[in-house]
This record gives sequence, C-alpha cells and structure tokens, in this order.
Amino acid sequence: MGFLSYFISGVSLGAVYAIIALGYTMVYGIARMLNFAHGDIIMVGGFVIFTIVSTLGMPPLLGIIAAVAACTVLGVTTERVAYRPLREASSLAVLITAIGVSYLLQNIALLVFGSNPRQFTSVVTLPNLVLAGGALTISSTTIVTIISCIIIMIALTAFINKTKIGQAMLAVSEDRGAASLMGIDVNKTIAVTFAIGSALAAIAGALLCSAYPSLTPYTGSMPGIKAFTAAVFGGIGSIPGALIGGVILGVIENLSKAYISSQLSDAIVFAVLIIVLLVRPTGILGRKINEKV
Amino acid sequence: MTKNKVRIQNAVTYGMVVLFWVVIQVMDKTGHLTSLFKGLLVPLCMYAILAVSLNLTVGILGELSLGHAGFMCLGAFSGAFLTNCLETAVPSVGLRFFMALILGAVVAGVFGLLIGIPVLRLKGDYLAIVTLAFGEIIKNLINVLYVGRDAAGFHFSMKDTTSLGMDKETGVVLIKGAQGITGTPRAATFTIGILLLLLTLFIVLNLIHSRTGRAIMSIRDNRIAAESIGINITKYKLMAFSISAALAGMAGVLYAHSLSTLQASSNNFGYNKSILILVFVVLGGLGNMRGSIIAAMLLTALPELLRGLNDYRMLIYAIVLIVMTVFNSSPKAIELRSVVMSRLRGGAKKEVA
Repeated sequence: MGFLSYFISGVSLGAVYAIIALGYTMVYGIARMLNFAHGDIIMVGGFVIFTIVSTLGMPPLLGIIAAVAACTVLGVTTERVAYRPLREASSLAVLITAIGVSYLLQNIALLVFGSNPRQFTSVVTLPNLVLAGGALTISSTTIVTIISCIIIMIALTAFINKTKIGQAMLAVSEDRGAASLMGIDVNKTIAVTFAIGSALAAIAGALLCSAYPSLTPYTGSMPGIKAFTAAVFGGIGSIPGALIGGVILGVIENLSKAYISSQLSDAIVFAVLIIVLLVRPTGILGRKINEKV
Repeated sequence: MTKNKVRIQNAVTYGMVVLFWVVIQVMDKTGHLTSLFKGLLVPLCMYAILAVSLNLTVGILGELSLGHAGFMCLGAFSGAFLTNCLETAVPSVGLRFFMALILGAVVAGVFGLLIGIPVLRLKGDYLAIVTLAFGEIIKNLINVLYVGRDAAGFHFSMKDTTSLGMDKETGVVLIKGAQGITGTPRAATFTIGILLLLLTLFIVLNLIHSRTGRAIMSIRDNRIAAESIGINITKYKLMAFSISAALAGMAGVLYAHSLSTLQASSNNFGYNKSILILVFVVLGGLGNMRGSIIAAMLLTALPELLRGLNDYRMLIYAIVLIVMTVFNSSPKAIELRSVVMSRLRGGAKKEVA
C-alpha cells in the first residue's frame, strides 16, 4: 500500500507539473521563447490566494478566481511590456528579459510579503478518501488536483481544435509569417496564449500550495524549472506531451524521494530527462524537424 | 579584420584589464577603497573569467549552455579538496593553490568533455535544458558526498560521516556533504584574480583568432556548410565546450580559495548562477570578450553599490536588466538610436561648417 500511496501522490505532483508545463509549452510553441518568469507567476497566484483567503478571510473559491484574474492580467502585461518589443530580436534577448521579469516578480513579492515562509491554507476543504479499511488514505487535495488536470487538458484540447482563436494559435505556431498573411492577428494570438498560460499558472499555484503549504517568494522557481523539464521531456510544443512528461516526472520524483534518497530525487529526475533526450532528442511526443539545406 | 586590427583590439582588451588593476592598486594605496569594495574584488575577477569562458560556448560556438555553474562547482570542490589534502605534504599555500588551479581546470575540462560527447548532439533549447540538468546533478551529488581520510587511505560515502567507517584516531573528514569543505586557506587575492583573467583572455582570444577558432565559428554560422568543407564538427564543438568548462573550473578554484567554507548550495552553484553568467554574456555582446568583462564587472558591482538602498537593490537590478535588454535589442530602439546618432553627427558637422 505504501507504494500505491507514493505513486498516487506522485501522479498528483505530476498533474501540477503538467498544468504548469502547459504554459511553457504553449508559449514556446507559439512565441518560440522560454518564459523563465512563468514559475514566478505561480508564486504570484499563490500570494493572491493567501491574501484573500488567509488575510481577508474570504472563501477559497473567490481567492482562486481573483488569482486567475490577477495572473492573466500580469501575464498579458509582461508580454506587452517586456517581450513584445523584442519579437524580432534574437531569442537570447527575450530569454534575458524573461529572467529580468522573474527577478522583478520575486523581489516585489519579497518587499511586500518578506522572506519568511507563509502558511498556506488548502483551498480544498473536502474530507480525505479512505480506502481498503484505512490502509490507504488519499488526500482530497490529491484527488482534486488530478481531476482538475484532466478537466484542463480536455478543455484546452477542445479549445484549440474547435474555436477560431484556437485554430489561429495552431496556425501561428506552424508559421508565423504565413499566418499573418492569412489575416491572423499574430500579436493578439500571442497575447491570448500568455493569458491562458498565466491563468493556468494561477490554478497550478493554488494546487501546488495546497499540497505543499509553505509559501515564499521563491516558491515558484523550482517547480517552474521542473515543469519546463517536463515540457521538454514530453516534447515541447505538444499538449499531450506536457501531460505525459509532467506525470512521469512527478512519479519518478516521488518514488525516488521515498525509496532512494530525498536529497538525490532532483538529480534522478534530471538524469532521466537526459537519458530520454539522448534517445529521443525532441522528447517523447516531439516532432522531428528535418533540416533544409 | 586584418591582423593588425585584431592585434590592436586584443591589446585594448588586455590594456583595459591591466588599467583596472593599476587603478585599484592606486586607490588601495591612497585609502580610497571601502572594505565592501575590497571584498568584491576577487568575485569581480571570478565573474569576468566565467563570463569570458561562457562566451566561448555561447558566443563563439553558438550553443546555449545553462550549466556553467556546474563546471565551476566541480573546479571549486576538486581544487579545495586538493589544497586541504596536501596540507602536510606541501606546506607552501601558494604552491598548493597553484596545483589546485591546475587540478580544478583539468577536472572541469574532463567533465566538460565527458558531458559534451552525448550532449552536443542536441540543439538549441534542448541543449540548454540538458546542460541545466547536468549542472543541477553535479550540485546535488556533491551535496551528498562525504570523503574522509585516515591512516588506511581515503573513504567515500553518500550517506553521512559515520558510514565512512574511518579510524577514530587518525580520521579527518575532508568533504562533509551539504556542509561542504571548511578550512581552505584564503589564498585568492585580487592580483591573482587579474592574472587568471589575463590568462583566460589570452587563451580565448588566441583560440578565436586561430584556424581552430575560425573552424568553431564556421560551425556556429552554418553547420552544414562547415561540415561539407570537411570540418570535423564533433571535434571542434567538444574542444570549445571543454576549454570553456576548464576555464570555469579555474574560476571555481579561485572562488573556493576566497571563502573559508565552501558549500554546494543553490545560491553558490545552482542554475540561477549559470543564468546570471549568461546574463553577463548576452548584455556584454555575444562573442565580444571585452563586453563580457565589462558587463560582468558592472553587474556584479551594481547590487553591492546599491546596498544603501537595501531592499530595493535587487528590484532596481531587475528593472535595469529589462530596460537594458529592450533598449539594446529591440528593433525599434535600435532604429531610434541610429536616428538620434545621425542627428547628433549631422548637428556636429554643421557646427564645424
């Protein structure tokens, strides 16, 4: 039963990684940039919920809605201010501004909330699920996380395949120039991508902080890097890839924490990533790009 | 560029470093250096070396590496380990430091080669994430590494000091996992740092302006074309990558000898450190070694000089980073700058006429 419980909490952690990885993978697929500040948007979402629920005493649902709204605005604003002016510049320049935005968000949070960890109250208030006569307890946060991840995946896939703006996103990711010739507003499409990615980051923040309830200005950076690893693992640019990569990563991390060494779990996760990339250089579901001469 | 121009350019770069050394010496002698700034001198040299060496990978070879701190970590730990090991055998601190520098560079270089063989097959962002992963793995492994020595020889463990199973009388723990290495003599001085920076520059600049350097740059500019004229891609990629790693290892040894306690914490050797070095390289200009040194020194000194502003310094640093990058690289800003420059020039000409 021990294994099963570690496995399920691994899947749940992986589901959070998958939701974060969606933000990375969509932005990368469409704007061809690594948004290093994505992890810190999770942290902002966490602090918005913390302020509304713990400080102001409002219901958790209101906190989540406010966090989603705040993060969406934040994502679109950073895109407009820091990334859009560099659309035609080298990808390294955008990487550096993204790092700048990441430092900026961390330091604003540091100024407002200080560096002491804040105790986050879980947004999930349901009772835990007890199975097999008490031998296996699954926390309600775990269940809610996994279900939310599945709903988000289905909704996002439907959104991209069925709606006009979703199709525009696909077109921009295929070929930005051709898409703009077909009358697609590239800037608007990219802004929508950032809005969706950031809204998902807010939800991921709520779920992550409910499972690991210690909130600091640096809470988002390591899960951000891990989620990016998950996105690469599954094949960057691919939505099912983000799900697969996230879940595999979460399970490996939790099992190696439980059975090998908690200090080495990150090393093991990264080692698996390296092995996968050496065998499949574009990730599990990544498309192979043929080079033209 | 003609040979003469290259020589002049290189001389300016070396001259700038020497001038910086002279200015600091004069300021030190006349008592104009604050103790805060004195403590910053060795890190300034270290970051400049790291930036120049990373520029070899990113600017000259054209591959994005986010694992530079990992190589620095390897160098720092192997160097400090050697210095502490030979405490009784080689009494001279200077000689031990020198040997540590060589060992640190060799260890980091060998690892650069070993990691480079599989990794350099990947491209672009995939390469970036794998180098980041390697850096984190190195950091994590050193964090759980315990090494001790007693009369019977060396003992290794990945668990704790007691499982080293050493003789209680003669056993000395050299590397204590997350607590790292303590008691390294603080032999690194500003002059040594500047000498190492000059050595780094000498190696990198000579490499760039040699036949090998041109081969490396041709891979960056067009891999397929380079391959088709018979350039051995793997060989030159590995060469650039491992030289870059070795120089980072050397900088790590310098760093290890400026601290009394060396720990493989995320602050010291995490991916954030690698990113910081990349920031120096990009802001200084890809492939521009002089720019790397200036950017590394300015951006290292900036947060320290802003220390009076306390909590706001990193905030200002972040804003400076964003504004500088947008101003440097945005097509609109570049256009605006050229218009302003041509107006200024036009204005100056009119005044002359």
